[in-house]
Amino acid sequence: MINIPDFANASAVQIIFCVLAFITLLTAFLTIYSRNPIHSAIYLVICFFSIAGHYFLLNAQFLAIVHIIVYSGAIMILFLFTIMLMNLNEKKEVHRPRITRLGAIVSFVLISLILIAIFINSKPIVGEYTSTGEDYQSIKVLGKVLLNEYMVPFEFASVLLLVAMIGSVLLSKKEKLEK
Amino acid sequence: MDSTLIIEKSVIILVVFAITMLMAMYSTLAERKVAAWLQDRIGPNRAGKGGILQPLADGLKLFAKEEFEPDTPNRFLFFTGPALAMTTALMTSAVIPWGDKFHLFGRDIILQATDIDVALLYLIGVMSIGVYGIMIGGWASNNKFSLIGAVRAASQMISYEVAMGLSLIALLMMTGTLSLREISAQQAGLNWNVFYQPLSFFIFLICAFAETNRTPFDLAECETELVGGYHTEYSSMKMGFYLFAEYANMFISSTILAVLFFGGYNYPGMSWAVENWGVNIANVIGIGALFVKICGFIFLYMWVRWTIPRFRYDQLMHLGWRILIPLAIVNIMITGIVILRAEIFAYLGF
Repeated sequence: MINIPDFANASAVQIIFCVLAFITLLTAFLTIYSRNPIHSAIYLVICFFSIAGHYFLLNAQFLAIVHIIVYSGAIMILFLFTIMLMNLNEKKEVHRPRITRLGAIVSFVLISLILIAIFINSKPIVGEYTSTGEDYQSIKVLGKVLLNEYMVPFEFASVLLLVAMIGSVLLSKKEKLEK
Repeated sequence: MDSTLIIEKSVIILVVFAITMLMAMYSTLAERKVAAWLQDRIGPNRAGKGGILQPLADGLKLFAKEEFEPDTPNRFLFFTGPALAMTTALMTSAVIPWGDKFHLFGRDIILQATDIDVALLYLIGVMSIGVYGIMIGGWASNNKFSLIGAVRAASQMISYEVAMGLSLIALLMMTGTLSLREISAQQAGLNWNVFYQPLSFFIFLICAFAETNRTPFDLAECETELVGGYHTEYSSMKMGFYLFAEYANMFISSTILAVLFFGGYNYPGMSWAVENWGVNIANVIGIGALFVKICGFIFLYMWVRWTIPRFRYDQLMHLGWRILIPLAIVNIMITGIVILRAEIFAYLGF
């Protein structure tokens, strides 16, 4: 079952974790809840920063910084960019038919059912990790692991990104030519 | 962690903060003096001897000005904009090594706030989130000119970040580390990276101009088209923060240029000075050498501002995407070939 944390004797890391988790969940909720799309995007940025904080707590410096660069520094700025240029207003919001709302409620209930089932049946595996003695904070170690042991998936990921990039360029070009 | 270390680091952080502010303050005066000199004028000379108190007078004036607020539904974000711009401008200085080390009170004091393993990535990260201050402020102003200025600034910074990152990769392939401390130490004597990676330096310099929104890349505040750009609606000290953040950014990017490419605190004959004059004196000269380099770059920024006219927007994008990025990629390939030359020759059978 779910353990209730012992707040009275929490260590510093646990307190930081709780604060970060609270910020993450709150901003994630506000992202969906707020009506203004720009406010949503800004809440999402704060959410990404708190997730980077979680990575720092796990001693994954590289992952945390790359997360900030890629998600907060690039993707969300482009998002904000598009939203600002489109100038979405609350008034322009499309009226949703009743069947869509019903569908949303049903799917939400089903997802909650699955999530509750997962939480009840899951067993924490924190105790089962073994220390390899390698310092994965160091970029040298990380780079060697990525390019020796996981060479093929790493290269496939890069090919995938390249294909996605070329694809998006092609799509935007085609639209222009037709006009 | 012992308490002496905390005190030591706090003192270093405070001193770095004070120096950044001071340099940003006096950069405003230097800018006006350099402009006057290049245009054959005298420049500000009323406040203090030769205008030396001019930045204080400017600051006082900005504080005393009326605080005007536009009718915006996003008052909180309107205040957040300048605060974010200033915060990100000051955050970068955390990882910069200002000197090698002092030997005081029986312990080695490292002149750096923190030496993290991913320092260079941290710099790129902070630069990339620096856009938010401009974007959020520009949007919250509820003004078309501000919005267009903000969007221009953001698109320019995103475009030039790509070339900047790629130019740094060539440097990283050579140094083999992301720690600025190790990069500085590798450039001891006259082994400055600029002699090995001139193309990388050149691309980084251009991108640094674009990232700090300085002329010839200051389309974000192009007066003839956009009034004041993203800070059109700002007044009083909020406006002062935006301008101040620009000068702080200029100081920090000059520092990064000096540390990455011009040897940081190293100067010719440093090891000789350490042997004959002791660690402390050698490092005081080292800090002096770093600041001479920084001031040189700040002067370059101003010199370029008063020499080269502003780009057109399509020229800006053309330069960033079609010239600098391919050039940076070619530079990476050349660096790779030079590093692996022995293996390549062996493979080809020479």
